[in-house]
Formats: sequence, C-alpha cells, structure tokens
Amino acid sequence: MKFFNNAWNWFEDRTGLMGALWPIMTHAVPKNSASWFYVFGSATMFAFLLQIATGVTLAFMYVPSAGEAYQSLEFITNQTHFGRIVRGLHNWGASAMILLVGIHMIRVYLTASYKFPREMNWITGVVLLSLTIIMAFSGQVVRWDQTAVWSMIVASEQAGRIPFIGQWVAQFLIGGETIGGATLSRMFAYHVFIVPALLIIFLVFHLYLVIKNGISEFPKAGEPVDPKTYREKYEASVKRDGVPFWPVAAWRDMVFGFIVITTILLIAIIIGPPDLGAPPNPSNIDALPVPDWYFIFYFAFLALMPPPMETVLMVFGPLLVGLLLFALPFISNRGERSPLRRPWAVAMVALTIGSISGLWAIGISSPWSPHFDAKPLTVEIIGTDSGPVYRGGEHFNDKGCLYCHTISGHGGLRGPNLTYIGDRLSANELTWRIMNGGLNMPGFGGTLTNDELSDLVSFLKSRKHVNPQPSSSGGD
Amino acid sequence: MSEKTKTSEECSRRQFFTHISITLGSLAALMVGIPIVGSVLAPIVNKPKPIWRPVGELRSFTLDEYVKVNFVDASPLPWAGITAETAAWVRRSKNDELTVFSVNCAHLGCPVRWVSGAKLFMCPCHGGVYYSDGTVAAGPPPRGLYSYPVRIKDGQVEIKTSPIPITTVL
Repeated sequence: MKFFNNAWNWFEDRTGLMGALWPIMTHAVPKNSASWFYVFGSATMFAFLLQIATGVTLAFMYVPSAGEAYQSLEFITNQTHFGRIVRGLHNWGASAMILLVGIHMIRVYLTASYKFPREMNWITGVVLLSLTIIMAFSGQVVRWDQTAVWSMIVASEQAGRIPFIGQWVAQFLIGGETIGGATLSRMFAYHVFIVPALLIIFLVFHLYLVIKNGISEFPKAGEPVDPKTYREKYEASVKRDGVPFWPVAAWRDMVFGFIVITTILLIAIIIGPPDLGAPPNPSNIDALPVPDWYFIFYFAFLALMPPPMETVLMVFGPLLVGLLLFALPFISNRGERSPLRRPWAVAMVALTIGSISGLWAIGISSPWSPHFDAKPLTVEIIGTDSGPVYRGGEHFNDKGCLYCHTISGHGGLRGPNLTYIGDRLSANELTWRIMNGGLNMPGFGGTLTNDELSDLVSFLKSRKHVNPQPSSSGGD
Repeated sequence: MSEKTKTSEECSRRQFFTHISITLGSLAALMVGIPIVGSVLAPIVNKPKPIWRPVGELRSFTLDEYVKVNFVDASPLPWAGITAETAAWVRRSKNDELTVFSVNCAHLGCPVRWVSGAKLFMCPCHGGVYYSDGTVAAGPPPRGLYSYPVRIKDGQVEIKTSPIPITTVL
C-alpha cells in the first residue's frame, strides 16, 4: 500500500495532473444547475465516446474497399463472437447521439443558455450538431449496401443543385463520375478520420467554454441577462451558494449516462444491428433508398416541396437553417432567459418538433411513391370473373393504376382512393381523366387501346357503395 | 526581458523572429498542401475516357419494349468489385432505332423502373414518372430522363459509358 502511495506521489510530483485537473472537476457551479434538465449534453458526449470505442472496434474488422466492404460487414455480423453486438452498439449509439444532441439543443434554447456570455458555447454547439449529422450520413454510407450506394447518389444529386459548382461538388462526393472503387475509400476517410477529428477538437473547445463561462444557472423569470452586470452577478451567486461540479452536479450526469449506455447495449443485444440490404450493386435498380429514421423527415421534405422552388429549398434551405442557428446568439444575447417569459421560443420549439414529427410520419408511409409491391385486386374485389368490368379490373392491376390508387384496401396512396369513384365521376369524366391525366397523374391516352379504356371505365363506374342511398340533394 | 528594457533594436529582432517563424510555418504547410489537396481533388480533375461497352445482340432486344442492360464503367479501379457496374434502359423500335435512358431519375438520381403495362418509367423515391419517350409525366423531376449515346457495331448494341447524370442549375 505504501508503495502505491509513494508511486502516486512521485507521479503527481512529476506531472502535476491531479493538481491541474482537480480544481476544474470540483469547480463551483450554480446550485440550481445541478438538475435533471442539465444531463443531456454529457449524455451526448457519453454516446460519442461509445461511438469512438465501437467505431475503432469495427475498424479492426471492416475492410474499406468498395468491392469487399459488404463481405466484411457480413463477416462482422455473422461470423465474429461479438461483432453483431458491436455493430448494434455503433448503430443505436448513433441514433442516441442524434436524439440526445437534439434534446440538449432544445434545452439550451428553451433556457436561453446561449445568451451572454455563452454565445460561443452555442456556436461551437451548432458546429458539433452539423458534424454529428455528417457522421450520421457518412455512417449510413460506409454500411456499404445497396441503400448506401443509392443514398450516396441522392446526396450527390442534391449537392449538384448548388449553382455553378454543383457538378464538381457532386463528383467530389462520389469520388469520380460514377460510383466505384474511390467512393467508399473517400467516405471512410471522412467518417473515421476527418469528421471525428473535427468533432473531438470542437468538443474540447465546447467543454473549455463551459468551464470558462461557467455552467448557466437555471433561469428564473424576471431575472434578465444584462451583459454589463451578468458576470459579476453570476460569480457572486456561485460564490454564495455554488456546489462543486464533482460530484454534486456530476452524479446526475453519471446516472443518466449509465441509463443511456445500458439502454443502447440492451437494444444492441435484443434488436441487433440493422439488416444489411442487398449488395452495393449500382446496376440493381430494385431499390428504395430510404435513409435511417433520423433523416426520414428530410426525405419527406425532399418529396413534398413544390417542384418549382425545389432547387432553392434544397440548397438554400439547409444553408438558411444553419445561418439562423449561427446567428441566434447575435439576434438576442440579452434579456429574459426563462421559457415562461419567452412564449415565442416555446412556440418555435413546438413548431419545429411538430413539423419534424409530421414529416416523419408522412415519410414512413411515403404516399408519394408508387407501391410496386401492391397486392393485385382479387376477383372478389372486382366482383365478377368475366365481362368488361372484370377485364377493366385486370387492366387496373396490369397498367400501373394499382401502384398509385387504392381500391378496397389494395394499392398505392399517391393518387385518390378509387374505392367509390363510381359515385363521384361519370363515365365521360373518367375517360377524360384517364386519357389526359392531371395534377400528378400521367395521361394514358397514348398507351391504352379503345377497348382497354372502355373496360377500365366500366370497371371504375362499378366502384360504388353497395347500397347507394339516393339523396334528394343529388349527393356530393 | 521586460517592456521597459526593450530597445528598438530588440523589437525589430523579435519582429524578425516572429515573421520568419510564421512565414516558414506557412510555407511548409503550403508545400505539403499542394500534393495533399491535389490528391483529394483528383477525382474531379481526372476524367476516365469514355468507352463503348457491348450490352447484347441487337436482335435479342424485344421490339418496342424497354430492357435493362448492365455494363461496366469506363475504367473501374481493380478493387471496385460490383460497384463498377451500372445500368441503362434500352428500347429497340422499328428500323432498329435504339433509345437508351439512364436509370437515374432526373430529380435526385434514384433508380427508375420501366412499368411495362403502364408504359411508364416510375421512380420509387419521390414519385417521379416519365412517359416512354423519357419526358416527365408526373412528379417532381425538373426535366426528362437522360439518354446515353448508343451505336450498333457488328450486330451488337454498344453504349458509351457516361457519368452519373447530375441535374444542375446555372
């Protein structure tokens, strides 16, 4: 025991590490910041540390070669002892990091902790958020399956819309004119060297600023920030009734961090990593490149934006959001911090969460996409097995109508539900609509024969309520 | 040495050290930066020479029907594996006229499918639809499908390898 004591004393004498770090660990923080509201930043960091540990582990087994990465992923998942769990940890750790960084940001925004003197805390945080998003995307790409290949193309096409330099940026991302050997090596370099290095640099900067400016006190309504007096007041209050960060504030971070890490581990064990898709073959077009859950809302945004404004929204939308986030502490760096006195801030958060959830919900069902795997209409649904109505029903199955229109629960969601179309449109109206299309429907005038068209119209005319209630007003 | 005892000579000496240190540091970074940046940017400068790839006998293509053909990119890297493959839609019409479209949707590059019954190309991602002549029938694509150069050589259909079409503005 004495030996260890002496060894420790020698080490401390020569390095002075404890002497330098201990005062930082135990520096006084505002009493009311030792709160469960303040655990999300550290939890994001714990998730990031988990990503480093599991990422490095995966690098022991992964081959960053366009032709072999897929096989190495299969190997990691199926033929190593813990590879499946490590992949699961890395995947769900990424999900956790995205979720937690979002919650952390909402908390900081709601308590206006970005106001004086913590503007740079916020700005480094926005940089960390962007880097986290880049990690999330590049991580999906190095999971080198068919979805990865097509996501890469979709991302490059978006970059291609940047005015003047779009083509160059797109080919820079792909690593050439086509997907190929260079694509994955480059994405791998971003995902494991460049972006993590930047993340670590900005994380250290962010933490330094947290120490330098002090953890923000939990805001009280009626105590506005005034840059002239804020620092003095803050220091006085910390001196008066501050508590040492370690362990009085930090134990909550540790408890919550423990819950986060354990939850990720449980999910990694029970659910495991996401299934690998088909191999990364760009000539296999049987693909629906839907991104991981945290990007689904953006996927929906891309599908739903009005085409004429598309390029502007695609290129300048993210730019504008980024600029607004950077500008926030300069737009207002003083005044009330309490969410009770900042109803618009609360409304902004509600609006953002609402729109993202809405887009997310729509993105999952993707009603704008034709459903290529829609179940064909059965004879029972068509209601007969011969004659024009039957033939029309078969045409409905074969001519692509089914991919976009639903009848009696079968079919896609892109166009209107036609289960009772016979009640709404006359035969002439139906013919006109099928021939010419309209809104988002292609015209079929050039592809259908007269017989096919009249069969289809007969079939659609027969789609009525079984016992239509004749209404005196003529119906609606 | 404190401010007070600094002579003007001492100041210019320090300035010299400062300047030489910063200059040398920047120069070193610049020198090694050229090959580094050059390597990273290489893919947008070095363009592979397009070549003609045979994709099948002309007679084997069904009349008036689009068929997907696979071929290999211009000069794939040795470790590209299956990622070197790419695809196109080919149609043979009367008088052996050929139409070739990229499989990439002009909206955001997703793979379009030929739906034979409907005689339409449909994109699974954001709902782009094209007529059989490649023009937009519905959805968000800002233009029609891209076509690839095609020729017939010794009874073989040959497609000229091309970059993934990137829809640009300006």
